[in-house]
Parts: sequence; C-alpha cells; structure tokens
Amino acid sequence: MKVEITVNGDPVAADVEDRMLLVHFVRDVAGLTATNVGCDTTSCGACTVLLDGESVKSCTLLAAQADGQRVTTVEGLAVKRAGEAGRGELHPVQRAFHEQHGLQCGFCTPGMVMALVSLLRENPHPTEEQVRSGLEGNLCRCTGYHNIIRAALAAAEDPALAAATATILTPVPAAAAEGSDR
Amino acid sequence: MIADRAGAPGLGSSGLGSPVLGSRVPRVEDERLLTVGGTYVDDLRIPELAGAARVTFVRSPVAHALVTGIDASAALAEPGVVAVLTSADMPEGEQIQAGEGEADPQDDSKPMPEPLLATGRVRYVGEPIAIVVTDGKYQGEDAAELVSVDYEPLPAVASIGDALAGQSLLFPEAGSNIASSGGDDDTGDALFEGCGVVVSATIVNQRVAPVPLEVRGAAAVWDDGRLTVWASTQNSQIARGQLVGDLGLDPAQVRVVTPDVGGGFGAKIGIDRETIAVARAAQHTGRPVRWSETRSENLVAMTHGRAQLQAITIGGTSAGQVLAYRLDVVQDVGAYPRASYLPVLTRKMASGTYLIPRVEVPYRVVVTSTTPIAAYRGAGRPEATAAIERAMDMFAATAGLDPAEVRRQNLVPPDRFPYTTPTGATYDTGDYLVALDKVLTAAGYQDLRTEQAARRARRDVRQLGLGLSVYVEITAGDAEDGESGRVDIHEDGRATVYTGSSAHGQGHDTAWSMLVQDELGIPIADVTVIHGDTDLIPNGTGTFGSRSLQLGGAAVHKAAGLVKDQARGLAAGLSGAAEEDMEFDPRLGVWRVHGEPGTELEWGKIAGAAGPAGLTADVMYTAQSPTFPFGVHLAVVEVDTETGQARLIRHVSVDDAGRVLNPLLAEGQRHGGIAQGVAQALVEEVIYDADGNPLTSSLADYATITAAELPSFELIASETPTGINPLGAKGIGEAGTIGATPAVQNAVIDAVAHLGVRHIDMPTSPQRVWAAISDATSERKDGGR
Repeated sequence: MKVEITVNGDPVAADVEDRMLLVHFVRDVAGLTATNVGCDTTSCGACTVLLDGESVKSCTLLAAQADGQRVTTVEGLAVKRAGEAGRGELHPVQRAFHEQHGLQCGFCTPGMVMALVSLLRENPHPTEEQVRSGLEGNLCRCTGYHNIIRAALAAAEDPALAAATATILTPVPAAAAEGSDR
Repeated sequence: MIADRAGAPGLGSSGLGSPVLGSRVPRVEDERLLTVGGTYVDDLRIPELAGAARVTFVRSPVAHALVTGIDASAALAEPGVVAVLTSADMPEGEQIQAGEGEADPQDDSKPMPEPLLATGRVRYVGEPIAIVVTDGKYQGEDAAELVSVDYEPLPAVASIGDALAGQSLLFPEAGSNIASSGGDDDTGDALFEGCGVVVSATIVNQRVAPVPLEVRGAAAVWDDGRLTVWASTQNSQIARGQLVGDLGLDPAQVRVVTPDVGGGFGAKIGIDRETIAVARAAQHTGRPVRWSETRSENLVAMTHGRAQLQAITIGGTSAGQVLAYRLDVVQDVGAYPRASYLPVLTRKMASGTYLIPRVEVPYRVVVTSTTPIAAYRGAGRPEATAAIERAMDMFAATAGLDPAEVRRQNLVPPDRFPYTTPTGATYDTGDYLVALDKVLTAAGYQDLRTEQAARRARRDVRQLGLGLSVYVEITAGDAEDGESGRVDIHEDGRATVYTGSSAHGQGHDTAWSMLVQDELGIPIADVTVIHGDTDLIPNGTGTFGSRSLQLGGAAVHKAAGLVKDQARGLAAGLSGAAEEDMEFDPRLGVWRVHGEPGTELEWGKIAGAAGPAGLTADVMYTAQSPTFPFGVHLAVVEVDTETGQARLIRHVSVDDAGRVLNPLLAEGQRHGGIAQGVAQALVEEVIYDADGNPLTSSLADYATITAAELPSFELIASETPTGINPLGAKGIGEAGTIGATPAVQNAVIDAVAHLGVRHIDMPTSPQRVWAAISDATSERKDGGR
C-alpha cells in the first residue's frame, strides 16, 4: 500500500507491504538507522520516536498507521538553521546526555532521548522518581540508568529546552531544510 | 548523590605532568551516537552488502529429541526463498569451537561437541536446525515456519537435578551428563575440626540472560575466495580465529569487521555458531547475506550466564574467626560445555577477601537440555562472591555477631599483600579494611541499624534490611595473552591509534586518546582510534574480563612512549642538535632545543622526517599477572512484609580498581555493573519448566531491570594502585556486578531475619520473600506450641 510520512520534516512516500512496521519504514525506506529495534514485545523502547509530537514505540505501529503524519527521530533533533554548516546545535537533551555521560554503547540512546524529549514536554520539571517511572518502558543495559536520570534532570533545568523542542516539532517544508542530508 | 572525588590521587602522575589523566573528559564517541546513531551490524548500508539476502534460523521448539527428518520443500516453493540449508549441506562433522576460556587441564572433560546445525539430535529449545535464506526481511519468518521437522521426543534434562540423576543422557556416548569435574577433594567433616560454629546451606546462583540491547547479528560476503564477516562481537580477532578453524581457511582468507556493538557483557566473546552458519550461507548461495536475530530468539539462543548450585559450609569460632570453608559447586553449562572454565574461576576466588586457613572447592560441570551457558559480566567471580558473602552472613547470624564486625575480623590485612589464597590466587594490592570503613561511615551504618531496630520494635509493615558485600575479583585473568596497540603520527600532526581492544560502550576512543595526549601532547580531538578490523589490526585479543585498560591501554601508552623515543632522534636531526639537548614539552606537544625558545618542532614536522615507514610504534603488551580489584557494597532495602516486595532504596559502594584514567568512564562502568548485579538479586531469572520449555523467552516475560526499580547509586572514590602495569590500573567493567548482587540479597534477607528467615534464593521476588516469611512464621508458631 502507498503511504506518505513526513520524517524529520521531509515527506517520504513509498509503496510498502501492509505489514511493514513503522520502525522498518524509518530504517529501510527513509534510511534513518539511528532508531533501533531491541525487542519484539514493545518492552525495550529502543525504537521510540515521536508521532505528531507524541512518543510511540515504532515497532508496535504499522507504517500504514502513520500515513499522513509526522515522525521525529533522533536525527531530527539537532536542528540546522539556514546557512549553518555541518550538524546543527545539539538539543538540550542530547547535550545533557553527553555532559552527564548518559550513554555507553549507544543502542538504547536514540529511543531514550526521544522518550525524554516527550516526557519533559509533558512534565517540564519532573522529580527523579517521575523520571524513573516515566522511563520504565525504555531499557538500558549499560548505564544502570544513573546518568540517564542525571541527564534528564539537567536537561529540565536548561532554559533552552522548551523552545528547542517546539522548534523540532514545528513542521518545516522540505525545501526550507537547506542542506538536508538526504 | 555522586561522591566528589576531589583529592583522589588520579592518574596524572604517570605521565609528564599532563593534567589529562584522571580528569573527567566527556566522551568523543557521544556526538555521533546522539545525532545519527551508531552503526550496528543491522545498520550497515555499504556497497558490499547491497542486495544481501536475509538469514533466518529454524530452531528447535523442543528441549530434547531425535531429529528424524527435515522437509524443506514447502519453504523452498515460497516466493523469495533462495535456499534452505541443513546439516546435510555442511561438511560432515562440522563443529564449532568455543570462543573463550580454557578448561582446567587437570579435569576429566568428556567430548560433547557442538555442531554447526543440529545433526540427528536437538538438545535445547532454540537450537539451530536449518538456515532459511530469503530475499526479503519478512519472508524469512514465513518460510522458516514452513520447514517441517520430525522430532522423536526424549526426556528433557531440565535441571541440575535431572542432569545428576542421569535418567536421560544428552550425549549417550559420553555415558553421563557430567561433562567434567575437578578442584579439591572433599575431606568431609575433618575440614571443620576445631570449629565451634559450623553452618551449611545449599543455595542457587540462578541462570540469568545477558540482554545486550543490541541482539546478535552478522553479515558475510565471499569475494574471490576471501570471506569478510561483519559481526557484533567483543573481539574480531578471536572471531576470525573461530572462522578460520571452523571453515578450514587460511587466516589471510578471512577478514572480520566489528562495527558499533550495542553491548556484550561477555555473551559476545568471539562468535556463536549462527555467525559461522551465516558465513556458510554466503558461501552456498554466492550472495552477500545478513542476519539479525529477534529478541525472542536472543533469549533462547544467545548464551546465558551464572547457573550454579552451591553447597556451602563455613566454620569458625564463636568469637567470629572463620577457620574453614567448603564450596561444592555444580555448574550447569546448558546443552554444550562451552563454559567449563567458570567453576575454575569460582574456585580461584572462593575465599574472597578473607583470611581463611582451610578452603576446599570441589566442582562438577553438568549438561542440561537448556541454552548453553557462557561468560556473563563477572563470569565465575560473581558466583564465588555470592557464595562467600552469603556464608559470612549466615556464619555471623548463627554466631550472633554483627556481619560488618565478622567481616572486619577476617579481612586480609593490608600488610599481607601480595597475598596468596589457599586456592592459589595471588592478590596484588588491596586495603579492604579502609574500604569497609569508608562505606560504613558514608552510609551511616550505625544509624541505619538503629532505624532497623526501631522498625522491628514497632512491627512496621515496611522493614529495613542492610546487606554487605566485601569483594575482591580477578581482572585480565589472561594477562599473558596481552593486547596490541599501535600509534601512528601523521604529517598533519594528528595521531591514529590501532587497538586490539574492542569497545562496545566502554569509551575506549576517549580513554586511548587521553593516553596519547598525556604522553605526546597531541590533543584528544586530533587522535583517531581504530579497532575491530582484522585487516588493519591482525593481532589482538579484544575486550572481556575487565582487561582493556590494563592491557590495551597499557599497550597504547607504551607505543606512544616508543614514538616519543624515535621522535627525539628525528627532532635532533631536524634541529642540528644533539639528542640529549632535545626537550619535549608535553603541554604544547612540541620538541625544542633545550633553553632555545623559537626552535619548537611540532609533531607533523617530525613525522615528515621519519622516512617511508612513518613515525609509528606497534606494541604487544603483556602483563606478568592478573590484577585484583576490590570493594565494598552496602545495600539498604525496604521489604513490605505483607506483599514480600523488596525495594532497594540506597546502594553505597567503594570499587577500587587502582588508578583511574577517567572518573566519568569508571563511574559509568560501576553504575552499569551495580544495576546488573541488583537485577540478579531482585528480579532477573531465566526459567525452564520440567520439560525444558523456556518460560522467559521474551522481554515481556524476562524481568530486565528498569529505571523505576533502582535508586541513584552513592559512589565513593578509592584508588589503590597496582604495580603490575605502568598505568597502575586494574579492571572496572565487572566489579560493580560482582559486589552488588550479594549485598542486595543479604539486605533482603536481613530485612526479614528477625522473623526467622535464614536464607532466600535469588531473585528475591515478592513470592519468594512472602513465602519465606510465611514459612518462618509458621515454623516459629509450631515451635512455640
């Protein structure tokens, strides 16, 4: 079936198998491989992306269910402004992960970052306990979650957080995204 | 709270006064991982793999059976199916070689070979039987369902008990399910002569799943008689050795490339039979092929860890001095004995941090109709620590003494190092008493005991438990195998490091760059670190056993030093000065003629003078012996006595791994290690039913620990250097896991000890805790009648 999904601001249209999962659309059709598959039971959260701004596990949705909607992956977080060379400025959640050593092998990281972008949008000033329960559906095997929690709390204190999240969720026509990698 | 490490000695003294070692350098790996993601095997979008076919395995749904027929015709008729391969398509008798460890040469091991694909008999649910090769990703699962396999079921060997009973044999030709045995003779009661207090218990160190977030995956291409394999592994060179051996190739014919690896935890040492089968599939079909397992496959087909049954007896005086200890181990190795070395390590570390005059550890290794066991974070040492730390608590409880005081009384004192244990381990350095005091003080041990007494007195529903673990472990156990390190300096002044270590989250790019900056003054940003490609790094061992910094890092440190030695002569030649007049400024990374400002020579210029070979040094660094990190963990748990739910509320630790290169990285290793240790104590367990069916074969069933079940950890800095290597460093990758598990288990039991509970096996689930309270309470009532 034919679907068109806007991925990080760029429309991606394809004729796909009915049963194609959204995560495979993102990885194999849109060609964005940061979003990972870590399980087959919606347990691990490695595949977390934003669908119209809400965090979802992209292994548990069909590409068809996302037809006509906007998907944001971790590749869409470091927004590049017009004329800016190279990669854009890191989103506050990405920056906090780096500064707090919130990642090791990096496999859970894209999903974890997207889950936190969503969590902090819904609750801009969470307690440690709220972050911990909010991340219950995202597994990390390397960090013991300690520095992920530190990163979440640090990002919540970043005055640039709300604006950065709003920017990445604002639909940008493809033509305006100068210097797109694809 | 994260303890401030201000004032800790750091590593800065090893170099020439450069401040980089010992500082909290954020990782150079992060930006890529955070913005475009890593490139794990399944992410490879490279020309060599264009149009690659997909491999899907047909796996046994039964634990133990004879395979009497395989019919692939229906599968082959499906669209998109390229081939279906079974053992009949493999060279006769092809077996895989275990990728790790060595069995005790003294033991009596029996041959129990692991085939590439099941031949005639399956021995666990998940064992690969056939390979389905398809054009598309989704076609493989459909076609695999259509491969019809006839099974003649045999009785399962689902537990250690079944294995020892020997009613059903997995390898009838071996005549027994006991694959090997060894260690000390059991001298019976004589061992405990003169002991006023003797305590015995049989405890289970349960089977757990490693669960790296990236499952196993591989890709393979044959091109002009040469095989290239991309594999998610902890060591491409060992993987190449396995492929060379299993496929009967010349080493020059095989290249193994390790892209980013999403965690390994010991279960990705070398490669498993699936990756060799993927290489065979590429050979058979003449196409590039790729494979990525599902998590449900991973939980039954990637190796598991632990799985020991431990009979412990500890004896000593009523005043608390331990005199004798016996640990009788039965190691379940699953269907194939890859991990017969595990109880050898358990034996080596059996007496832990204590001076115990008489120690004996007999062991047996048994096969069961379950997923094979191999290394998992700690591999043999967590099992030793769990046993002795439970034994110390039981001894203290029986003697009516405080567990912290009993430990203090028996710890190896600082003036006894190097200390050789009764089981033959020689501990290099340690200060166990100081570590214990640091943790007790930081945690407020006496206040916690007071709080515990108050809750007990008022019969609080939520009881407090304190659990201690004072551990020592062995890292770089294969120190004599060494590690490779090469440093090249380029004419643009940048450096490239080639390392045999193989990071999968540890941060070696950052750490090795810091070592180069420390030695050569080349900024971290100008250093590129390369690992995991056997064409670029033919010699290497890889990352496991907490060996990397002390071997691989030391190799880089040495290579950088050799580069500096060469540079002195080159700089003298360029300056027209004598070598002894040249001085190196490590802060600026320049050479100059002593006392003559303006004569500075940068690295690029010196590299340009090096001639065709370039400015490079290649080192294979071997250490004389392993190192022995140590530490103390104190866990504080709350147990709801009505539901049995245990909750870890504080975890305080010292993990002393010698000199620390980058505290940020070292703390990260401790955090992750502690979480996995807590997971084994509280929630995680691989379970089989009596017929050998796995009941935990998805992440919906296997209780992988989450953020919601853990507190933030309280880490205390401690650095006791070793003299074994030039960095003064020991390993830190597994210490947290080794220390945490028994501390948490002891804490849960301590929380309900006043109700008469003496022991609870792991995981200390609500059901187990509730049942233990219930049993103890009814026993006390019965006893009171």
